Amino acid sequence: MNSNTLILHTAALAIMPLQLMFSVFLLLRGHDEPGGGFIGGLVAASAFVLYAFAFGARPTRRLMRVNPRDLLAAGLLFGLASTLPALLSGQPMLTAHWWQLPLPGEGYLKLSTVLIFDIGVYLAVLGTLMTFVIGLMESGE
Amino acid sequence: MMLLAVLSGFLLAIAVPVLYRLAGNYIGWVLALLPASLTGYFLNLIPSITGGQTLVIEHQWMPSLGVSLDFMVDGLSLVFALLISAIGTFILIYAGSYLKGHRDLGRFYVIMLSFMASMLGLVLSDNLITFFVFWELTSITSYLLIGFNHEDAEARKFALQGLFVTAGGGLVLMAGLILLIFMTGSYSFSDILASDQPLHEHSYYVGATVCILIGAFTKSAQVPFHFWLPNAMAAPTPVSAFLHSATMVKAGVYLLARLNSSMGEHELWSNALMFFGAATMLTGAYLAFSSTGIKKVLAYSTIMALGTLTMLIGVGTEKATTAFICFLVAHSLYKGALFMIAGALDHETGTKDITRMGGLRRAMPNTAIITCLAALSLAGLPPLFGFVAKELLLESLLQSPSWSLVLVTMAVVASMLVVAVAGIVFIKPFFGPISTTPKHPHEAPFAMLVGPAVLSVIALVFGVAPFLPGALVLDAAVSSIYGNSVETALALWHGVNVPLMLSAVSLLAGTMLFASWHKLQPALDTVNSSVSRVGPEAGYFRFMLGITQVASWQTRLLQNGVLGIYLVTLVLVTFGLVGYTLLTRHGLDLSFDFSNGYFYEFGIALLIVASTVFASVTSSRLGSVASVGVQGFGVALIFIHFSAPDLGITQLLVETLTVILLVLVLFRLPPFVSLSSPLERSRDLTVAVFAGTVMTLLMLAVLDIQYFESISSYYIENSYELAFGKNIVNVILVDFRQLDTLGEIFVLGLAALGVYSMLKLKAEEQHKP
Repeated sequence: MNSNTLILHTAALAIMPLQLMFSVFLLLRGHDEPGGGFIGGLVAASAFVLYAFAFGARPTRRLMRVNPRDLLAAGLLFGLASTLPALLSGQPMLTAHWWQLPLPGEGYLKLSTVLIFDIGVYLAVLGTLMTFVIGLMESGE
Repeated sequence: MMLLAVLSGFLLAIAVPVLYRLAGNYIGWVLALLPASLTGYFLNLIPSITGGQTLVIEHQWMPSLGVSLDFMVDGLSLVFALLISAIGTFILIYAGSYLKGHRDLGRFYVIMLSFMASMLGLVLSDNLITFFVFWELTSITSYLLIGFNHEDAEARKFALQGLFVTAGGGLVLMAGLILLIFMTGSYSFSDILASDQPLHEHSYYVGATVCILIGAFTKSAQVPFHFWLPNAMAAPTPVSAFLHSATMVKAGVYLLARLNSSMGEHELWSNALMFFGAATMLTGAYLAFSSTGIKKVLAYSTIMALGTLTMLIGVGTEKATTAFICFLVAHSLYKGALFMIAGALDHETGTKDITRMGGLRRAMPNTAIITCLAALSLAGLPPLFGFVAKELLLESLLQSPSWSLVLVTMAVVASMLVVAVAGIVFIKPFFGPISTTPKHPHEAPFAMLVGPAVLSVIALVFGVAPFLPGALVLDAAVSSIYGNSVETALALWHGVNVPLMLSAVSLLAGTMLFASWHKLQPALDTVNSSVSRVGPEAGYFRFMLGITQVASWQTRLLQNGVLGIYLVTLVLVTFGLVGYTLLTRHGLDLSFDFSNGYFYEFGIALLIVASTVFASVTSSRLGSVASVGVQGFGVALIFIHFSAPDLGITQLLVETLTVILLVLVLFRLPPFVSLSSPLERSRDLTVAVFAGTVMTLLMLAVLDIQYFESISSYYIENSYELAFGKNIVNVILVDFRQLDTLGEIFVLGLAALGVYSMLKLKAEEQHKP
């Protein structure tokens, strides 16, 4: 599938990066405000889907550089990796760990295994959806 | 440290591919360093155990489920751990030479190390659930090992047979263990052993005992489940040597010994063990005597040994427990050695059939000496440890509180047959006229002889100085099985007594049996082939056939490939049951109160209804998909209206992407044609209306039904306190219920792989000419 409308091409090029940025924003703020890995992943996927509708499956693959299935695998690995700090420190599996890094000026950076896990969810959702979409599009080409 | 000791096998297994590339042909020696150092570690623990003490090492795993990686070291588990790691060392060295240059040597070591680690975990676990996990891991890894030559249909068939019997028994065992947990209220062996509550008075006792016995009997190949063990010979010889001497098949015996002091105070337990043990002992001895393949002979004699061990636990006296441990150690030593020699013979002569071997002692003098030692131990002759064990066996049976005469007679007959078997294994291949073998025989390489040599020498040392193993760890082991502190006094020479005379009788009779082995063989063959038509193995194959038939019958009935039927069945069953429960448990309450609804709430409801109706009546596919999307957006609006922004956003995004995916799929479909008759459509309509009604009633009822206290207040209070997050939805997803989410993303992954392979396979099919 490859549509040749100029409007869609231009819009996709302009909107896609914004959508991706927005998805990362959603991912990072998810713990305190609406958002999170699942929603972020969905937004990121819709960004790539928009691009795929405008330019086709193969250019999307090239743009992503990574195979969607590898993204999915990476997501699952991140999910599992987030359980390691607890295991290594002898706590029950899945106990959350928090690290607070002070930032220049006021405030601090909140890092946690929960964030790693959220990133895992983000990648898994993105990888799954892109596997679907690219697979379906390529099967038609 | 203990955690590392148990799991190091798995860790090393991961590193095997890299090590194999680095070490090449020396891979066996390199990998053997691990079990060798584990042996050292376990030897190190002996001083702290000999006092009859029990070490419990705790590691949390899933505490809220009662599952932990706790390990318990007492005499019994230490004996097993030592056997596993010591014999494992030689097996790994041996395998490197036996399978030298094999295409899959790396894969072999990966599975072998995992097998070893699972077995170590099994004997050291304190937690019943962890124990069960390791128990099933040994079933799975042994399945992979038996089917190692996976291009051979026979190997695959027998691997599956072993898996079916042992893993099937494992499921029964799980039921038994769960009952045991209910009975004692504890998940750990150490608690169960330490408590003095009489288990046999509990009403679950019989059920738990039967389940645990079935689990242990399948694993340890007791009659009538014995048929899988000789078939497991399809595995490469190093596996058989390990499986028979130190691992897997001993797991069942281990479990029986482990639970003996808690569950053994009942006649059901002891009689079952004595009966099945004695039956297995005789069956194994007879079948060993009547086989001609060297590995089959050894395999059946293992069954005989396992039966003897089970029977000894059943007898349960102090003497019998001592005999149990000695017999276990003696058997592990000679059986490990003999299997490795069998592999060497097969490797150097090219045949497994003993009747085709003869006069090998000139070509393989070292092998002959080692075999001589091991076979003497098997036959139970002085001064080897096998003799000590057999004397103890006979003595304890003579003193057995029940069935003494029967058991002694059976044991004497069995040991007669075993003497003949030892003769077959040793004299047949090495003496007599030289027969031509497929390969020109010569001495086996060093790596293949070092294991059997060391094991036989240990058997000799233990035989000459039987106080040595006793003082080391056997006393502690006997104490932990018997439940009270026991001092064993092992001796090679007890003077001329009844057991010695019985030994002499069996030796004489065994020699005569051996002499007439050739003449008896045809007659035994006829008997065996006529028995095998009605035996348990035939039963197994009939059972498997039956399963296939039932499966194909129910597949024709339920999974006939028509999606519509699936949906109708699923929906009717689910909503029928839900509706029934709703009506009987809750009753219907149809008083609705619309008075405080806003006009736009009604608007959204109307929108949803309208789009649903449109979706089901339109003849345009795209229109139908789009209106389903509209319906989803309506639901999203409701979420947002009732201030659940997270759900709203998710719903919107999911709806959008679903519509896109549906459109992508719809493009591939053939043009709209009428696929269903009016009758079918009215059936579908009825089912749909029914399901919708039940669902609506359920949603209305949910507001009233409150079986448990609502959990949401806990989340509201604690989401910032415990998880530092203000967004409760996200906190629940990634923190409080993280395990669920983890499971869900794995489900996503599976779904993606499923869709991918479906599309991919379809594409490949189309590309075929």
